[in-house]
Amino acid sequence: MKRRIVTATVLNQSGVLNRITGLFTRRQFNIESITVGSTETEGVSKMTFVIQVEDDRMVEQVVKQLNKQIDVLKVNDITEQAIVTRELALIKVMTTPQTRAEINVIIEPFRATIIDVAKDSVTIQVVGNFDKIEAMIELLRPYGIKEVARTGQTAIKRGSQRLGAESKQFSILN
Amino acid sequence: MSQNAKAAEMKFDDQAKKAAEPKNGADLFIETLKNENVEVMFGYPGGAVLPLYDALYKNPIRHILARHEQAAIHAAEGYARVSGKPGVVLATSGPGATNLVTGITDAMMDSIPLVVFTGQVATGVIGSDAFQEADVIGITMPITKHNYQVRSMEDLPRIVHEAFHIATTGRPGPVLIDIPKDIAQTVGSAEFVDELNLPGYQPNFKPNSLQVKKLRGALAQAKKPVVLAGAGVLHAKASEELLQFVEKMQIPVVNTLLGLGGFPASHPLFLGMGGMHGTHAANTALYEADLLINIGARFDDRLTGNLAHFAKNATVAHIDIDPAEIGKNVPTHIPIVADAREALKKILSLDFEAPNAGEWRDKLDQDKKENPLWNTENDDGISPQSLMKLIHDITDGDAVVTTDVGQHQMWTAQYYGFNKPDQWVTSGGLGTMGFGFPSAIGAQIAKPDKTVVAVAGDAGFQMTLQELGLVAELKLPVKIIIYNNMALGMVRQWQETFYEERYSQSLIPVQPDFVKLADAYGLRGYVVTTEEEAEKVMRETLTDNEPVLIDCRIKPKEMVYPMIAPGKGIHEMIGVKPQ
Ligand SMILES: Cc1ncc(C[n+]2csc(CCOP(=O)(O)OP(=O)(O)O)c2C)c(N)n1
Ligand SMILES: [Mg+2]
Repeated sequence: MKRRIVTATVLNQSGVLNRITGLFTRRQFNIESITVGSTETEGVSKMTFVIQVEDDRMVEQVVKQLNKQIDVLKVNDITEQAIVTRELALIKVMTTPQTRAEINVIIEPFRATIIDVAKDSVTIQVVGNFDKIEAMIELLRPYGIKEVARTGQTAIKRGSQRLGAESKQFSILN
Repeated sequence: MSQNAKAAEMKFDDQAKKAAEPKNGADLFIETLKNENVEVMFGYPGGAVLPLYDALYKNPIRHILARHEQAAIHAAEGYARVSGKPGVVLATSGPGATNLVTGITDAMMDSIPLVVFTGQVATGVIGSDAFQEADVIGITMPITKHNYQVRSMEDLPRIVHEAFHIATTGRPGPVLIDIPKDIAQTVGSAEFVDELNLPGYQPNFKPNSLQVKKLRGALAQAKKPVVLAGAGVLHAKASEELLQFVEKMQIPVVNTLLGLGGFPASHPLFLGMGGMHGTHAANTALYEADLLINIGARFDDRLTGNLAHFAKNATVAHIDIDPAEIGKNVPTHIPIVADAREALKKILSLDFEAPNAGEWRDKLDQDKKENPLWNTENDDGISPQSLMKLIHDITDGDAVVTTDVGQHQMWTAQYYGFNKPDQWVTSGGLGTMGFGFPSAIGAQIAKPDKTVVAVAGDAGFQMTLQELGLVAELKLPVKIIIYNNMALGMVRQWQETFYEERYSQSLIPVQPDFVKLADAYGLRGYVVTTEEEAEKVMRETLTDNEPVLIDCRIKPKEMVYPMIAPGKGIHEMIGVKPQ
């Protein structure tokens, strides 16, 4: 299985999220995460999907099936492009008076912040790409993680693209 | 501006004015349908659509009152398939809408253009489990090309206009519009819209020249080319271009089940239908080809058999209006996203070199001779295959033929010999029992002067036989031929072949007296038990202008052959004519 990042701009019609998640279920596409939010254009939303696919043909199907939806304006598999991906995670970790300082040291290089403190736990907010967040969670795990809430990744193409890293073209218009 | 265009514009202006006058949503609904040139609709009333039916009463459009919503929508499918126009359906909320689900799915699978209207409870109570409320938008999301719920009366003209456009263009399909009762009752004024604003929907019609050049290269090199022609050829009205293309290139042609009639069955280059019950020659060609040109077929599993063995050595070119079909099931080397007719026109306009395929054609001709379709010779009833040839002869091969699903469907596909487009109506993708008879009613309404023959199994006919009432009421000269084997024949065949003759729930020992049943509706009915009788009755009744039902007692144990067993490759046919 390979992870791919696919983005779609969609018309903000009622039911559009339902259409898209229904499509994923029906066609047995595995979604790791979906994010949805508004864009620079009113009435247009952007969705970012992180999906697990077996091969290129499957991601091609995902892109093409999404494109068939009337409310979907544009679909891109941006996995191989120069992109920035970000996710926000909130992690509630158990603490004792002794471990608080240690935790502070661990999260510092991740530029994470403590946003809530309780008697026996702290909640940490971290923003980054998938790997960074995974790495930080792994480091915190020994202290006892009570709860994790993650937004899923959203992505944007960098302002300048490497040559030859064009978005993968499928035969949508050939 | 041409005279016509001017007239059309004036008409439109008039209508725009008319529409802008205050009226209720239901009146507006009827006007929008007239605006789309709807001549007939198929439906069934109920509480949530009473305002719509009241508006219809005051401003009539021909409405066909089926006896069940499922039949209404299958009739609309039959109408659409032979007329090339969208079928229009109207049903009430809740049970009316859910009764349409099978037909909507059927139309989605077989790319039939439908615009389906359902009533809905009033917007104020949506979500409260009100009387006859069903989440029709949710239910039909995966089985429509698109669906809408009208949230404001002013949106109605735009939505209807978009729906007709979406249903009929690109790859056709069903579009559903759900109309809450209060929207139909809202008085207001709404402008008709002529422009379409669908930025997310822009089907591509013209082929990409680079891919067409690749096809030219592949053809010049091919030694074993074959064309697989699907229903896309019919939807695109491309059969003339297809004929020119293959005659110029001298390439043998295989049809899919739904593609029959897109290429003349009597043509020397025709190999027959491919797939599960296809001919040996057709399947051999698909198996051994070095160049497979798929025009408007979707490589359905009933066609390909086990994909591991399908067209293994072939360069695959695929012309399809729906990009998502290309590469979905079969890896494709030359993808051509286009309307079949546009693509063929482009190809014909270029100087294509015909492949050097004489040897291949000879081999396939030989195969056709050696492995023809065949049937058993015992005489414990009417031979279903001979019966179909007889129906072909009596109707001059010119009838519109619809079928239900099962053995009789396959025999019809194999033996009727369709030479022209739009004569053939069958449920392919969904395989919907109960489809055959009502779809014939729709076809007859579309083509009042044509002989329309509904071929149905004894079981499937009983799923929608209530429409005898509609045939009687409208005096539609539909010819109902029941292939009566006292069984769910196709199920019985599989049980005989793959389940050691354990006929679990597939035999029907008690059938209605179909003749009396016809009589109950005031229709002519006959039962025939020998081929002589069948011929006599059919010569008398298939050619006149009256409805008739003929219960044909066919050999109960006859099998549909040849066959590719499920999971097997296309080269592993069983039941090929014994040498
Ligand atoms: C609605 C529906 N239910 C079940 C089936 C499964 N099925 C396929 S063929 C068949 C038997 C049909 O019997 P009949 O209508 O008598 O036709 P025959 O095969 O005998 O010609 C059945 C049950 C189906 N295709 N559609
Ligand atoms: Mg039967």
